[in-house]
Amino acid sequence: MSEVRRPTRGSWAVLSFPLAMLTVFFLAPFAIMFATSFYHRIEGGFYEPAFELASWERLLQGVFIERTLFSIGICLLAGAVCIVIAFPFTYFLTRMRRRSHVALLVLIMSALALSEVIVGFAWSVLLGRAAGISNILVWLGVMDESAAYQPSFIAVLLGLSYIAFPYCILALYPQLSRLDPELTEAAQTMGASPWRTFWTVVVPIGRPIILAGFLLAFVFTLGSYLIPAFLGRPEHWTLSVFISDQATFNANVPFAAAMALFLTVLSLGVVGVVTWFEGGTRR
Amino acid sequence: MRALKWILTSFVVVFILAPLIIVAVVSFNQNRYMDFPPEGFSLHWYAELWNDTGWRDAIVTSLLVAAASAALAVAIATPMAFVLRAYDIRLAPAIFALGILPFMLPPVISALGALVFWSSLGFSGRMENIIISHAIFFSTLPLITVSLAMETMDPALPEAAQTLGANPRTSFRTITLPLLVPSMITGYAAAFVLSLNEYIIAFMVSRFSVVTLPIKIVNDLRYGFTPTIAAVAVVFILIATTIFTLFALFGNLLKFLGADPAILERER
Repeated sequence: MSEVRRPTRGSWAVLSFPLAMLTVFFLAPFAIMFATSFYHRIEGGFYEPAFELASWERLLQGVFIERTLFSIGICLLAGAVCIVIAFPFTYFLTRMRRRSHVALLVLIMSALALSEVIVGFAWSVLLGRAAGISNILVWLGVMDESAAYQPSFIAVLLGLSYIAFPYCILALYPQLSRLDPELTEAAQTMGASPWRTFWTVVVPIGRPIILAGFLLAFVFTLGSYLIPAFLGRPEHWTLSVFISDQATFNANVPFAAAMALFLTVLSLGVVGVVTWFEGGTRR
Repeated sequence: MRALKWILTSFVVVFILAPLIIVAVVSFNQNRYMDFPPEGFSLHWYAELWNDTGWRDAIVTSLLVAAASAALAVAIATPMAFVLRAYDIRLAPAIFALGILPFMLPPVISALGALVFWSSLGFSGRMENIIISHAIFFSTLPLITVSLAMETMDPALPEAAQTLGANPRTSFRTITLPLLVPSMITGYAAAFVLSLNEYIIAFMVSRFSVVTLPIKIVNDLRYGFTPTIAAVAVVFILIATTIFTLFALFGNLLKFLGADPAILERER
């Protein structure tokens, strides 16, 4: 609606319900979480109001720094796997015949709608000893004995890439479908091979969305809880698993709160970079 | 390049389908333990989904939570999207950012926030708590769909109603709201599906006393795989595929995903 009016008392009244809900159930929990991060933890799972920096000091210790670096590393890797496959795939996809184009999009959207619970379960079956991929290889006579490929680093990486991949395609799709076919045709008329055209025309034009898609996949995998918990050993846990574990099984809520606030700052930083970058390319 | 196109496309299709196919095969196994190659064919594990009270209760709880939280999410998002687009409010970008923030952050943050919030109020472990926490987290989806509908709405329509003597309230009720209904339904459906699938927020809020379907699956997995879990997975996969196939057949999936209008014209 382009007709924009000055806000009236009525418009503020209409806005008051959503604002109240977000303030009470989103901002207030954040404030309580912030306060809790300074609370004193009592052994056995409780905490009492206090002001101490113990939980924040733990953020400077070895275990946490190691978890943070591991999380950033594996999520950057998953983001890279996604974008390296998703970018050429989406480029080909937008140039396919209508029927296969739509069929592949239905497949990708269905994968996107799957719960992390289902994806984690499916991959643990596929990589497991009981009914997994190794059983097919044994059945075909390629292998002598079935083997388990999870829990492992590769299993976590595959699972994280699987959940972020459809989102990555969705981020690339609108722009790549708008890529003027005349540009690639012109390059090929001038004698460039399709391969050379892809590298010298398509990739440079796509650079901003490649970066945006990569960083979005990174933030998305950073939020995954079940994939590292299902498919990895404790040394493969990311910050999300570590935070949940501290809050529930270890019952150290103040430390979990401090880590959650750190993760907030980290994610907002990356989202900020994406927004700034997208704003920059639009101008 | 042509070869690369086929190799890459086949690779993506196999990558996406392989885990799903294995799960489907396992779900038809006659045996209680998962085996491959499967022995016999049986629909027993699908029947157990409904006959076993544990699974049935989890399904009913999840459907209730998803239906109620999606409704509340639409109720939060619609007035926000309307006022922010229809009126000139200086804080509009900040308020809109507040609306999409919950969904942008890793869910474990909202989950922990909800955990400390509900336990500081003294009542935790109720279904209403999950409904409210899910509604806040997923209100971003209807906020986006309804805001897009407000942007594309013809401003002449409510203007005409008001020129003809309708007061702002009547013109909203008889003109604007009916035009927003499709986007509210899309936002509701998206919030419903994601709430049905959500684990970590529900788990931290429920404190072991409310069991939704994802919580039930994860709890059962702690005791090992069963074909029943595979049967649940297949039901979820079929629901997702059916929804998007119908969307592709009867709706305009390509346009919804932001395809270039020129592609839509291309007839081959």
